[in-house]
Amino acid sequence: MVGALYGAVESGLIYAIMALGVYISFRILDFPDLTVDGSFVTGGAVSSVMIVNGTNPFIATLAGAFAGLLAGVLTGLLHTKGNINPLLAGILMMIALYSVNLRLMGQPNIPMLNETTLFTTLSSWWQSMNLDGLLLIPFEWFGIADYAPRTFYVIVSMIVIVYLVKKLLDFFLRTEAGITLRATGDNQSMVRSFSTNTNLYIVAGMGLSNALVGLSGALVVQFNGFADVNLGVGMIIIGLASVIIGEVLFGKDKIVRMTLAVILGSIVYRAIYSLALRVEFLEASDMKLITALIVASALVIPNWLDKTNAKRQFKKSKKAALKQKGAVQHASAK
Amino acid sequence: MLQLNNIHKTFYPNTPDERRALNDVSQCLNPGDFVTIIGSNGAGKSTLLNMLAGTLYPDEGDVWIDGKNVTAMPEEKRAKFIGRVFQNPLMGTAPGMTIEENMMISLGRTKRRSIISGVTKKTRDRFREHLSTLEIGLEDRLNSKVGLLSGGERQALSLLMATFTEPKILLLDEHTAALDPSKESLIINLTKDLVEKHKLTTVMVTHQMEQAIELGNRLWMMDEGNVIFEADENKKKDLTVPDLLNEFEKVRGRRMANDRALLAK
Ligand SMILES: Nc1ncnc2c1ncn2[C@@H]1O[C@H](COP(=O)(O)OP(=O)(O)OP(=O)(O)O)[C@@H](O)[C@H]1O
Ligand SMILES: [Mg+2]
Repeated sequence: MVGALYGAVESGLIYAIMALGVYISFRILDFPDLTVDGSFVTGGAVSSVMIVNGTNPFIATLAGAFAGLLAGVLTGLLHTKGNINPLLAGILMMIALYSVNLRLMGQPNIPMLNETTLFTTLSSWWQSMNLDGLLLIPFEWFGIADYAPRTFYVIVSMIVIVYLVKKLLDFFLRTEAGITLRATGDNQSMVRSFSTNTNLYIVAGMGLSNALVGLSGALVVQFNGFADVNLGVGMIIIGLASVIIGEVLFGKDKIVRMTLAVILGSIVYRAIYSLALRVEFLEASDMKLITALIVASALVIPNWLDKTNAKRQFKKSKKAALKQKGAVQHASAK
Repeated sequence: MLQLNNIHKTFYPNTPDERRALNDVSQCLNPGDFVTIIGSNGAGKSTLLNMLAGTLYPDEGDVWIDGKNVTAMPEEKRAKFIGRVFQNPLMGTAPGMTIEENMMISLGRTKRRSIISGVTKKTRDRFREHLSTLEIGLEDRLNSKVGLLSGGERQALSLLMATFTEPKILLLDEHTAALDPSKESLIINLTKDLVEKHKLTTVMVTHQMEQAIELGNRLWMMDEGNVIFEADENKKKDLTVPDLLNEFEKVRGRRMANDRALLAK
């Protein structure tokens, strides 16, 4: 149980980078981008092929991010230059990337169990510094050493990586270009009327978004120890679920808070996931349904609440009007 | 400063829906001119402004700004030297962004947008200084979301954003029409002040004849895609609303079909 929760934090952090990418497209650019299902795998495919061929895992990971960036730029171009609506542009890229990914991988599945990945490298660094022993001490103090994770290196290194990504993103989104990117999603015609090539910003934003998705994909395949061409199925919904959970539970207006909320949302999503797996009649394959339900209800319930509120208000004002009328009649009768 | 030569624009040509929006318009403005445009609904006023801004391109004719032929220049390039305020207060600002960030977007008109620096202390002070001239307290709310402002406040902000970087030309399309009368006079006064302060060449469309007479140094009356009456500085001085209505009847042989213009005294 406790072990499952550590696992949830670990994968929550890795998938958080993907969720941040989805946050950029969905929330900042207001661009429902389905490329994610494809570009996630592209990032994983590129890095796994490079790793199997002996490339340095750091470079292979960055290459995965770069591959995602290219995919996002293409989707952005399909939309801006090709005038294709965002959903369709994303679907087209997603389908096209499926073939591309298979070509890249040469087979549907690439095992990397005996390869030097980012995580094996980090692990050996970690072991050589014997930091686990150090981090175990507080657990021993409280007499809960049994509840400590086997090793801390994944959590610690992912916290560092996610923190860096978040900091860079926060920084960029508050620069002049970042402000313009956000405004483009908010009111595009206004931004254009201030002499901005908004198409450029959309393309760049989609590139950035999918670079994060690709990076996350590259990390996930190395974490799992294999790449699979079907790894990305439903990824966009997982990203969206993380964004929405984060917004609902931790969201605030400020950018710094929002990126944090998305990261936490991703961890909460993974926790829900691992808890759901413990429910007897649920199977791993049911998770997609549950995820879809989470997203659907998060989208529907607020509207629904608004409506019932509005109805209540309407009834109230009607009642008040009737009362007033009654009072007037009463007065005139006198 | 601004020159329009034989501009034609027809929407849906050669179809039953054909609409001739502009029919051979030729006009020119000198630097610092402030022209107000009145005319019936569908006269082509907005279309004319869209030609200047580059949101629409003419079928025939060309547009010159400051000695440059800009007919084929796309909107975002032209926007470097054109400021615009629209009728709808929601159009000129980004609701999800703060006042400061909105000001930053408008500042970007004049320079390349940096990917390294954000809003510095110096620019923030500059924004504050400009915002304080609006005298509605926005300078103390730099970090408020613009979506929380009232329509009048948003329009005042739009007007400031369109003008403080001193564009060559300012285009105003019924920018007070969506406001209630008290806010309307606020925005009209601000328009006067800002145009004077920055000496902007201004084109303003309005439905209020009195406003059109009171503001600016020139006036055009449009109907069916053309300017059918114009008044220069001298003529405009003694112009009255009945004069304008008479002029219209004289040229067109019918009364001006514009409920809003008539209702507005
Ligand atoms: N984008 C468009 N597509 C098709 N027809 C258009 C378009 N824009 C304007 N028109 C038509 O061109 C004519 C002129 O419209 P325009 O908007 O310029 O009028 P206007 O003088 O601004 O009117 P109003 O006072 O109602 O704002 C109208 O007949 C209108 O229906
Ligand atoms: Mg109009």
